Amino acid sequence: MELYKLTAHELHKMLKERKISAVELCRSVFSRIGQVEDKIRAYITLTEERALAKAREVDEKIKAGKQLSPLAGIPTAIKDNMCTKGLLTTCASKILQNYIPIYTARAVERLFAQDIVLTGKTNMDEFAMGSSTENSAFFVTRNPWNLETVPGGSSGGSAAAVAAGEAILSLGSDTGGSIRQPAALCGVVGFKPTYGLVSRYGLVAFASSLDQIGPITKDVTDCALLLNYIAGHDPLDSTSLRVKIPDYMKALVNEVKGLKIGVPVELMGEGIQTEVREAIENAIKLLEDLGALCQEVSLPHLDYALSAYYIIAPAEASSNLARFDGVRYGYRTPQKVEDIMEMYFRTRAEGFGSEVKRRIMLGTYALSAGYYEAYYGQAQKVRTLIVNDFNKAFEKFDVLISPTSPTVAFKIGEKYEDPLRMYMSDICTIPVNLAGIPAISIPCGQADGLPVGLQIMGKPLDEETILRVAYTFERNFGYEEKPNL
Amino acid sequence: MEYEVVIGLEIHVELLTESKMFCGCSARTFGEKPNTLTCPVCLGMPGSLPVINEKAIEYTVKTGLALNCNIAPFSQFHRKNYFYPDMVKNYQISQYDLPLCTNGYIEVEMDGHSRRVGITRVHLEEDTGKLVHVGGAGRIAGAEYSLVDFNRSGVPLMEIVTKPDIRSPDEAKAFLQKLKSILEHLEVSDCNMEQGSLRCDANVSIRPVGSKELGIKTEVKNMNSFKALQRALAYEVERQKEILEQGGVVEQETRHWDDVKNVTTSLRTKEYAHDYRYFPEPDLVPIELDREWIESLRVSLPELPDARKKRFQEQYALSSSDASFLTSSKALGDFFEECMKSYSDVKKVSNWMMGELLYHLNAANMEIDECAVTPKHLVQLLKLIDDGTISGKIAKAVFEEMFETGKLPQIIVEEKGLTQITDEEELTRIVELVLEENPGVVEDYRKGRERALGFLVGQVMRLTKGRANPQLVNKLLRERL
Repeated sequence: MELYKLTAHELHKMLKERKISAVELCRSVFSRIGQVEDKIRAYITLTEERALAKAREVDEKIKAGKQLSPLAGIPTAIKDNMCTKGLLTTCASKILQNYIPIYTARAVERLFAQDIVLTGKTNMDEFAMGSSTENSAFFVTRNPWNLETVPGGSSGGSAAAVAAGEAILSLGSDTGGSIRQPAALCGVVGFKPTYGLVSRYGLVAFASSLDQIGPITKDVTDCALLLNYIAGHDPLDSTSLRVKIPDYMKALVNEVKGLKIGVPVELMGEGIQTEVREAIENAIKLLEDLGALCQEVSLPHLDYALSAYYIIAPAEASSNLARFDGVRYGYRTPQKVEDIMEMYFRTRAEGFGSEVKRRIMLGTYALSAGYYEAYYGQAQKVRTLIVNDFNKAFEKFDVLISPTSPTVAFKIGEKYEDPLRMYMSDICTIPVNLAGIPAISIPCGQADGLPVGLQIMGKPLDEETILRVAYTFERNFGYEEKPNL
Repeated sequence: MEYEVVIGLEIHVELLTESKMFCGCSARTFGEKPNTLTCPVCLGMPGSLPVINEKAIEYTVKTGLALNCNIAPFSQFHRKNYFYPDMVKNYQISQYDLPLCTNGYIEVEMDGHSRRVGITRVHLEEDTGKLVHVGGAGRIAGAEYSLVDFNRSGVPLMEIVTKPDIRSPDEAKAFLQKLKSILEHLEVSDCNMEQGSLRCDANVSIRPVGSKELGIKTEVKNMNSFKALQRALAYEVERQKEILEQGGVVEQETRHWDDVKNVTTSLRTKEYAHDYRYFPEPDLVPIELDREWIESLRVSLPELPDARKKRFQEQYALSSSDASFLTSSKALGDFFEECMKSYSDVKKVSNWMMGELLYHLNAANMEIDECAVTPKHLVQLLKLIDDGTISGKIAKAVFEEMFETGKLPQIIVEEKGLTQITDEEELTRIVELVLEENPGVVEDYRKGRERALGFLVGQVMRLTKGRANPQLVNKLLRERL
């Protein structure tokens, strides 16, 4: 049996019943990696030996009759912007090409504590800036559905790895859609939790007030399962919420009768590919058939979300990325320099890619004396208006739905030279980050043989309703298509 | 032309918290091996996040309360962005437009009258690392290479900014001493200037008397003692006067005080204002302080120097100047009060503290809590004088020995055989010897020259190495004359 095709919850059952061993499972995934990785290139670092050792350890536990975590032995990939002690963590940047952290990110540590088997660190857009994984300093990851197209970004490696069976589960990070958009483009499930639900400790920061770690999985059940283990208060992250974490598996109820669903008109209009809009309309119809009440709603300030985001995110990034200067770790220019300033200039000029530089410059400008109020101050005001829009909508609706991405996966290189067009890829996902609310992307159909993602957004900390709607949709829609590799 | 001096101070105070501002590393870094007290957070490793040290907030609010400030119910940390090799994140987490404490004042006593110096703000920030320049005499210019020690990175620093209310270098010194004493009484910092836990920068300008406009200021740095502060400011004021009198213009710049050469030198010219691109620290949620908590801190404030001074005057009947001196540092006041627990003569204690003790401390460039003399030592010494075991003169010698060795006075007196000679027979012998050897002087005395007696007492003292009881010597001499 091709174990790599199964989900974590299915595999857990088989492990528990001793139908398979963790080592078998691990070998299955790595042999799949051996088959397809040359085409996909999802991973920056593969950790096969470490994975096998861990799998053996899990098998010992099973043999000893010990309690088995639902994640034990499950091959999992981690986006390469989460610190892993002793293991290369590059953020797909030349400036961190040799960086080995001395500590492990909290979310990853939580998974290690559940005995997951780490398959490796996945490719991404450099410092999570991008929507196509073309901005990796090392190589481009390809979409398993069509190798000519991008897997989305910035968590393109994590999404492609799960879609191609190169990992059962993966973690991504989402600043403006970086989990949901690649999940949509690769036909898998991706969840951005409420801001503060998952600790950011050890996640190399892109834009601190927007970043959030979340699961990328094959189905909604795995998503709830993974969320169960990464969510929770962390005293090492001041923005981490002190809330009781429910058992998200209990939210997986096949029932949406009477649920009120809002469809923001701003996310269904111009710029949305016709086939994508049709798929969403079909999804709405299905949910209505299942008893949900769907209605259009206007969130008027969403039109300004993209502009606000491209002020706030680069502003924070310009500051967060200042630490990469060649003084203490990472890349330093090998050229002879006159003084420290020249060392900084050359290191950063050589170490960062063009998209990162673009955003550092944007952010530096937006925060400069004399421009702060006109840009950053204004953007923060817009952000507040967007939060208010969502609050108002959620007074009336339980969840909101929209496309995840305005288009299906686009061709590699198609938008690479046109940053503004690339930025539009995140038009549906960005408002969610600005508002700090949770949202999921699940497959809801195909266009041109490529998956379409449905985004379901919820109230802050109401992950459960989102999961319930997603689960119900998944059960009744029955998306069985798999990439043909 | 007559000029008026305008000085504003910026004081950085290292707080006495156990751990650093944003992580759990020890903040007690002085003298520790470089880079041993660090973690991902204070090293600014990618992905690390700050967590606010609540004790540091408490200490800052306490200070604000003691400095008569308003305490902000809502405060926030900002990022101050600039590049420097000792700064791990290339931004410093500091406070900007929403500091914890604003708009306070300190009463400073100058020549017997009190002046009020305004406090603009008190805020909290993290310290940076420390560069160690190798070669080039330890200065960055000419150094072969530089090493970085990140032990201090993230140590909580409280910054106190005054209004430009200070009018002379002496007043600046008096202000800083008063501030230091307040901080010591609050026990929020050890205020050790030499170890850098109290650092002072000054903004100095001068203007024609009567002018309302501020002159162009310079910022003077690196003054790590009260004396240095006073001397540096005096130098800078004179320098600026000379420039203006020669028709020149003072350049706005940062100047470095050279304590050895006694001059300030230009460190960097402020050709352009630094753009720090402050923005709210997104890794930290804003600080909201509970009114009740602030009030509970206000109530729990310890006795502060002004109140202590008043109490000293009332309780011990000390003069205003003596009480001022004894409360000018917490350690002095504590020393005094400890003495008063086992000794009752206020005047003697204060005289000895302001006399011998202060003299030796100054000579050794020491603080009272660094020296070996304790209240127990002083009280024992005073009791030895009182019961006639030693004379006041011998006591000074004993004090010196005690200051140097830390031995108790009783031991010193015994070891050196310094007890006073009160034995009448023994003294009589010496007195007679002196009289025999100085017939001329004896004659003078008998002719009515009272001063001759002094000479004879002196001779007895010389022969007894000062151990003779002076009253007894006088009595014996008069009997025989």
